[in-house]
Amino acid sequence: MREAIKLKGETGTWEMVIGLEIHAQVNCKSKLFSGSATDFGASPNSQVSFVDAAMPGMLPVINNEAVNQAIKTGHALNAKINNTSIFDRKNYFYPDLPQGYQISQFKSPIVGEGWINIDLGKGDIKKIGIERLHLEQDAGKLMHDQHPRLSFVDLNRSGIPLMEIVSKPDMRDWEEAGAYLRKLRSIVRYIGSCDGNMDQGSLRCDANISVRRPGEEFGTRCELKNINSVKFMMKAVEYEAYRQIEIIENGGVVKQETRLYDPSKNETRSMRSKEEAHDYRYFPDPDLLPLNISNERIEKYKNELPELPDQKRERFQQDYGLSFYDADVLTADKSYADFFEIVSEERDAKFVANWIITNFFAMLNEVEKSIEESPVNAMQLGELFDLIQDGTISGRTAKDVFEEMFTKGGSAKDIVESKGLKQISNTDELESMAKKIIEDNSEQVSKYKNGNEKLFGWFVGQMMKNTGGTANPKVVNEILKTLLNE
Amino acid sequence: MSLDKSTLERVAYLARIKIEDSEIENITAELNNIMKWIEELNEVDVENTKPMTGVSNESLRERKDEVNDGGYSDKIVSNAPEKIDNSFTVPKVIE
Amino acid sequence: MTEITNLGVTETLEGLNKKEFSSEEVTKEYLEIIKNEKDLNAYIHYNAEKSLSLAKLSDERRAKNKALPLEGLPIAVKDIFCVEGERTSACSKILENFIPSYESTVTSKLWQAGGVYIGKTSMDEFAMGSSNETSYFGSVINPWSKSEEKLVPGGSSGGSASAVAARLAPIALGTDTGGSIRQPASFCGTVGIKPTYGRCSRWGIIAFASSLDQAGPLTRSVADSALILQNMAGFDNLDSTSVNIKVPNFLDSCSKSIKGMKIGIPKEYKINELSPEVEKIWDEGIKWIQDAGAEIIDVKLPHTKYALPTYYIVAPAEASANLARYDGVKYGFRKEDTQGLEEMYSQTRAEGFGKEVKRRILIGTYVLSAGYYDAYYLRAQKVRTKIVEDFNSAFSNCDAILTPTAPSGAFKIGEKNIDPITMYMNDIFTVPASLAGLPAMSIPAGLDSNRCPLGLQLIGKGFDEETLFSIGTIIEKSANFKSI
Ligand SMILES: [Mg+2]
Ligand SMILES: [Zn+2]
Repeated sequence: MREAIKLKGETGTWEMVIGLEIHAQVNCKSKLFSGSATDFGASPNSQVSFVDAAMPGMLPVINNEAVNQAIKTGHALNAKINNTSIFDRKNYFYPDLPQGYQISQFKSPIVGEGWINIDLGKGDIKKIGIERLHLEQDAGKLMHDQHPRLSFVDLNRSGIPLMEIVSKPDMRDWEEAGAYLRKLRSIVRYIGSCDGNMDQGSLRCDANISVRRPGEEFGTRCELKNINSVKFMMKAVEYEAYRQIEIIENGGVVKQETRLYDPSKNETRSMRSKEEAHDYRYFPDPDLLPLNISNERIEKYKNELPELPDQKRERFQQDYGLSFYDADVLTADKSYADFFEIVSEERDAKFVANWIITNFFAMLNEVEKSIEESPVNAMQLGELFDLIQDGTISGRTAKDVFEEMFTKGGSAKDIVESKGLKQISNTDELESMAKKIIEDNSEQVSKYKNGNEKLFGWFVGQMMKNTGGTANPKVVNEILKTLLNE
Repeated sequence: MSLDKSTLERVAYLARIKIEDSEIENITAELNNIMKWIEELNEVDVENTKPMTGVSNESLRERKDEVNDGGYSDKIVSNAPEKIDNSFTVPKVIE
Repeated sequence: MTEITNLGVTETLEGLNKKEFSSEEVTKEYLEIIKNEKDLNAYIHYNAEKSLSLAKLSDERRAKNKALPLEGLPIAVKDIFCVEGERTSACSKILENFIPSYESTVTSKLWQAGGVYIGKTSMDEFAMGSSNETSYFGSVINPWSKSEEKLVPGGSSGGSASAVAARLAPIALGTDTGGSIRQPASFCGTVGIKPTYGRCSRWGIIAFASSLDQAGPLTRSVADSALILQNMAGFDNLDSTSVNIKVPNFLDSCSKSIKGMKIGIPKEYKINELSPEVEKIWDEGIKWIQDAGAEIIDVKLPHTKYALPTYYIVAPAEASANLARYDGVKYGFRKEDTQGLEEMYSQTRAEGFGKEVKRRILIGTYVLSAGYYDAYYLRAQKVRTKIVEDFNSAFSNCDAILTPTAPSGAFKIGEKNIDPITMYMNDIFTVPASLAGLPAMSIPAGLDSNRCPLGLQLIGKGFDEETLFSIGTIIEKSANFKSI
C-alpha cells in the first residue's frame, strides 16, 4: 500500500484530511429550470430567459434530462438514488444571483452515499466515499475589469444545471485528491453527464482541508473555492496544509473560513468579505413539488450504464494482456480507450498500447492537443503500424514518419513512398554492402576479432548510414554476424 | 424566545433592509408582539406530524430538454436601473 | 336603455351578442366612469388608447362572426398580474416603473377568450394587507362609504373589489393568498372565488407566498364568477404546481339543485371577535341552504385557531425569499448614490418597500434563520398538516362548509392599521382554506348595522368548485342582495 504524504513541521509530522466538492455542469441543451441555451461563450445576457433573470412572476420547471444525468452519475458513483428528493432555496444576496436564492437540494438530495476507487499508481487502489450528489442552479458571472467603478453582470450561466458531488473527507494528501478529481472527471466523461472541461468552468472544485497529528481527531477545516485545474487544486492543498501547520505550531488556531487560491502567487487568501454572517435559510422551494423517481426509472439507467473506467481497465488487462499501468493509462479517458481499441483491432495490442503511450501521447503532450484534436486519427495510425509489422519500415523510421504525418499531414504509405524510406531487406544487396565495409575497414575488423565486441555496433551504424536508416536492422545484424565471425 | 435588538440587526442584514437606529426599538417591540402571538403554536402537539411542503400530492412534472427560450438580451435588460450595452451594472464588487 | 355599466358579465355579453352596443361603446362607458370616479382610487393605471383599440379589434371579430366566449368584455386586472407592455408594480415603489415583456397565463387566456384589458387596479403592496392601505399609490375607498367616513374596501384585491362594486368594471381579477379575494369581496358586496390551489396558473403573477397564491375573479354575481373562472382556469406547463385536471363547466353548476347535499358548520368559527350581526347573517345562510333541501351538519375543525399564526409564519417565510429578487439590479427602483454594493442593496430595499412588506420580510427571514427554523417554520408546516387533516376528516362527512367570510364588515380607513395583529385578524376565516389549498367563495349575504355588505364563505373539497357555484347561487338568490 502506498503511504500518504506526511508533512514535517517544526514539532513533528502532520497528516492532511481532504474532502472535495465538485461542481459538474450537467450535459444538457437547456437550463435546469428554463428553456434557454447552455452554450459556452455567448454574448452577455443572450442565453437568458425571463425565468433565469428572475423577472417578477416567473416560475421554474425542471429539465428531465438533468434528472436523468444525475441518476446515471449516481449509479456510476455506486450510490443510492433516492426515490424522493426535495429542491430547496438557498438564500443570499449577490449580483450574480438574480432570484436572491439559489435553487439547490439540501436535506434530501437526489443521490445519497456512494464510493469510487482511485488509482495511486502501481496497481495501488484506494476507495473514496461519496457523501451525496445534488442538483442545483449555477449563478451568473460578474466582470470586474470593464469599468473603474462598476462590475458587469452577465446572466448567461444563471440557471445552468450543476451536479454538486461531495466526497467524504477520505483523502490524505494532494496526490490522492488529484487522483480523485481525475477519476471523477473520467467517470462523468465516460457516462457523458458532463464534458469535464475545467478551463471552461464545466467542472469546478472546492477543497476542504484540515491538518492533524496522525491518528488524532479532525482539525478545523478551511474551504478553498473555485479551483479550475487539477494541478492548481493539488498546489492549493499543499500550500494550505503548510499554512495551517505553521499557524498551529506557532500556537495559533486555524479559523474556519472560505479561502481563495491565487495560482499566480501560489497562495491562498481569506474571502472574509463573502463569508461574513452567512445564514442561508434553506427551505423547500414552494414553486417545486417533491421529485419522485420510480424504481423502474432508477433500474433503467442502471442497466444502460456504459462500461466504466475500472471495468474497462480490467478488460484491457485480461483481453489484451496489457500491464496494469498501460491499461490504466489507456482507460483514464474514454477517448484514449476508444482510440486504442480502434487501432489495436487485428493488430498486436501490446505493441499498439506501448506505441500509443510512449510516442503518440508524447507528441500530443508536446503540442498540447487533446486526442480529439489529433491530426493523426486512429485509422491513419493503424496504417503506420501495418507498415512496421509487415517489415516495410523499421520502428525507428516509423517515428520519423509519424512526426511527418502529425506535423505536415499525409498518409504513412505516401510519406514512406515519397521519401524512399522503405526498409531494405534484400539480403544480397545488404550482403555486398557489408562485404565492402569489411574490406574497407580492416583495422576495425581486426580489433573486433581481437575481442572488442563493442565495435559490432559501429559496423551496424555504417550500414545504416549507407542506407539512410532504411536497412532492416534484423537482416543487417544477421549478415554482419555471419561475415565478421567467418 | 424573544427577539432582541441584535437579532433584529442581524435579520435586517440578512434581508438587506437598512434600519435606522431610531427605528430599531419600535420595530423590535412590534415584531416581538407578533412573535409572541405566533407562539400560540407551541400548544399544538406535532410530535408525529409530517411538515407540509406543498398543497399537492403530485410529483414534480419534468420538462423536455429543449432550447425554446432566451435570445432576447434587449428585453432582459430593458427595465434595468443601470446598464451598459446588454450587461447590468452594479457598484464594483471586490471579491 | 339600462346603463351599460350597470350590467354584469352575462348581461354585457348578451347585449354585445344582440348588437345592442359594441365593445367600443362598452369600453368607452367604462373609461368614462373610471375617470369620473377617480376619487375611489380603484385603478392605478389605465391605457384608454390601448383598451379602445382592443375593443375595436373585438368588434371586428364579432362582425366576422368569429366572436370568442368573452368577446368584447372589459376586464380590470389587479396590478399583480404581468400584462405585456403595461406598467406592473404590485403597488410597490420598488417596481414603480416595471414594464413586463410578457403576459401572465391567466390574463393571456382571458385575452384569447376575447376579453378587453381596461386597466390596472390597486392593491395592498405585494398583496400584503387586508385594507388596501399599504398600496404605494394610496388607499382605495370602499364605494359603500358614506361621505362623512371613508371605509376600506378590504385587501389585498381592494382595488378590484371597489371597481366591480362601483361599476368601474364588470369583472376584475384578483389574487388570494390568505383571503385577498374573499375578504374585499365581502367588504364591497361582490362575489369572489379563490379556486383550488393549482387550478389557475401562477405564471406571470408577482409572487407573494408561492404555496398559497391563487388567482380568481371578483364579479357582481355567482354566474359571472363561474363564467370568468371557466376561462381563467386550466393546466399550464409553465407552472410546476399547476394541476393537470379537466376544467368542468362551472356555469352548469350554477343551476344544479343542492337537495340532499350535506353542509358542514364548524363551531370553531364562532369566535369572540365575531360580531353579532355577522353571526345573524350566518344563521340566515344556514336557513336558506336548509330551505333549498340541503342537510346541515356540525363539523369539527379543531386547529382553526392556529391557522392565522401558522399563516403568519409560512407566508412571510416564502415572501422573504420571493421578494429577494427586488434588489435594484435587474429592474425596478435603485437608490442612487450609495456607497458600494451592500449599501445599494439595503437602502434600495429600505426605501423601495413599504412598512408592512418590510415587516413581513423581517419576520420571514427571522423564522427561517439558523436557530429558529425548527421552532417556527418547521413547526408551522407541521401545524399546517394538522389543518389539512382537519379539513380531510370534515369533508368525509360533508360536501361543503359554510362560514362567514370575515368577522366584521368594512372598517374606517386608518382604524386598524396601527396594530398589525388587529389587522391580521381580518383573515381569520379565510386563511384556513388557503393553507389547505381548498376552493372558497364569498357571496354577499346582507348588510351590517353600518349598512355595509357582509359576505358568507363557502369552502369546498379540492377541485370541487362546482359545488360552491351550486350552493353560492342558492345563497345569492335567497339573500337577494342589492348592490349599490
Ligand atoms: Mg457546497
Ligand atoms: Zn453548490
